[in-house]
Amino acid sequence: MSTEKTEREPLFSPKYRKLLTTPLGRENPITVQVLGICSALAVTAKLEPAFVMAISVMAVMGIGNVVIAALRNTIPPRIRIIVQLVVIAALVILVDQVLKAFAYDVSKQLSVFVGLIITNCIIMGRFEAFAMANKVWPSFLDGIGNAWGYGWILIVVAFFRELLGSGTIWGYAVIPSSWYIDNGGFYSNNGMMILPPMALITVGVIIWVQRKKDTELIEEN
Amino acid sequence: MFTNRYIFIYSSVMVIIVAAILSTAAMVLKPYQERNIAIAKIQGILLAADIKANTENAETLFDQVILEELVIDQDGKVTGRFSKGQLTDGNDRAFDLNLKKELYNKRQENPYKVPLYIAETDSGKIFIIPLLGKGLWGPIYGNISLKADMSTIYGAEFGNDKETPGLGAEISGRGFALQFLGKTIFNEQGQFVSITVKKGGVGTMPADARIHGVDAISGGTITSDAVTKMLENCLENYVAYFKSQQ
Repeated sequence: MSTEKTEREPLFSPKYRKLLTTPLGRENPITVQVLGICSALAVTAKLEPAFVMAISVMAVMGIGNVVIAALRNTIPPRIRIIVQLVVIAALVILVDQVLKAFAYDVSKQLSVFVGLIITNCIIMGRFEAFAMANKVWPSFLDGIGNAWGYGWILIVVAFFRELLGSGTIWGYAVIPSSWYIDNGGFYSNNGMMILPPMALITVGVIIWVQRKKDTELIEEN
Repeated sequence: MFTNRYIFIYSSVMVIIVAAILSTAAMVLKPYQERNIAIAKIQGILLAADIKANTENAETLFDQVILEELVIDQDGKVTGRFSKGQLTDGNDRAFDLNLKKELYNKRQENPYKVPLYIAETDSGKIFIIPLLGKGLWGPIYGNISLKADMSTIYGAEFGNDKETPGLGAEISGRGFALQFLGKTIFNEQGQFVSITVKKGGVGTMPADARIHGVDAISGGTITSDAVTKMLENCLENYVAYFKSQQ
C-alpha cells in the first residue's frame, strides 16, 4: 500500500474528511457564507418538505459536482457558466420529475422551490470554486458536505418552526391536545413561527450560537 | 486554448445529450405522474362528499362511494353513464372528460359536455360537480356537492396553484369551504342564482339573499370574485339537467 500512497490518497484521508466536515460548521453555506437563504426561509415551515429539499439539493450538488469535475478539462472557460447552468438545470428537472412521480404531495408543497434550486447560489458557488479545479472524488465529497451543511440548518430550523408553530413533528402531534386553550389548557401554537420572518430569526439564533462557540468566526471591525 | 469551432461543437453535443436524458426521464416517469394526478382528482371529489381519502385507499373508496358517473351535454341530456366499473350508456366516461377543454368549447359556443358524479352517503344521494376557473395568477379548481334536492350544498372543496399565500390561497383552507355548507344555488322561485362570494361579508347582502352567499377572503378580493365566477360558470351547465330531474 505504501507505493500507492505516493500516487493516490486513501478515499477518506484526513484531508478528504475535512471536505465533508468543514461545510457543516466552520464554512457552513447558510450560517457563515449566508447563501441559499431564500429557500431556507420558504420550505422550513414543516419538517418533511425541509428534509426532501435537503435530499434534493444533496442529489443535485453531489452529482453536479461529479459531472463538472469530470468535464473540467474539456469545458471552454468562455462558456463555463453556461455549461454549469445546463448541468444544474438538467439535474433539477430530473429531481422535480422524480418527486412528481413518487412524492406527489411533497412536490406540491415544495412547488416552485425545487425549480429554484437552479438559482441556489450554493451550487453555482461550489461548481465554480471547487469542482472546476479539483478531481472527481474530492468534488463529490465537497458537494455532499456543502449540501449537508445547507440541509442540517434547514432541518433544525424546520424542527423548531413546526414544533412551536404547529405543535407537530413530521406531521405527528407532540403537544398533548389537553394543553391547548381550546380544550381548557394553557398552551397555544405560535402562529408567527410559520411565517417566513421567523425562519430568518431562527437562522439568526443558530448563527449567534455558532459564533458564541467558535469565536474565530467573529469579524473584527 | 479552445477554438470557436470546439466551443460550438461542445455546446451542441452537450445540449443534445441533456435533451435526450430529460425526455427519456419524462417518458419513463409519465405513467406514475399521471396516476398521482388522477388520485389527487379522486381525493378532491371525495372531499366534496366529506370523505377524507389517502393515496392508498382513494381508488377503492371512490369505487365504493360513487354510484354513477354521468356525462351531461349543453342541453342537460345525459349522454354517458358509467357505473360499477362499466360504461352503460354513451361512449365516454365522466372521469376522463377534460373540463378545461369542455369549458373552452362552451366559451366558443360549441357543443360541450360536463361530468357529474352521483354518490351515496348516510344522508342520501348527493351530486358532485367539479369546478374549474381562472384565479388571479393561475387556475383555481374544486368540487362542490349538492344534496338530493339539487340545491342545498352538502360539501365543498377548493384548490389553487398560484394564488397569493396568506391571501387568495386561503380559498384552499377548510374554513373557507365549510362556509358553503347548507347554502342553496336555487332561490325559492326555483331560479338559478349560484353562490356569491361577497366582499365585506354576507351581512352586507339583503336578508333573503344571504342563503346564496359566503364571506370573501380579506385581501383576496380578486380570487374571491374568481370563485364566484367559477361557481356560476360551472354550476349553470347543470341547471337544465336538474330541472329535468325534478
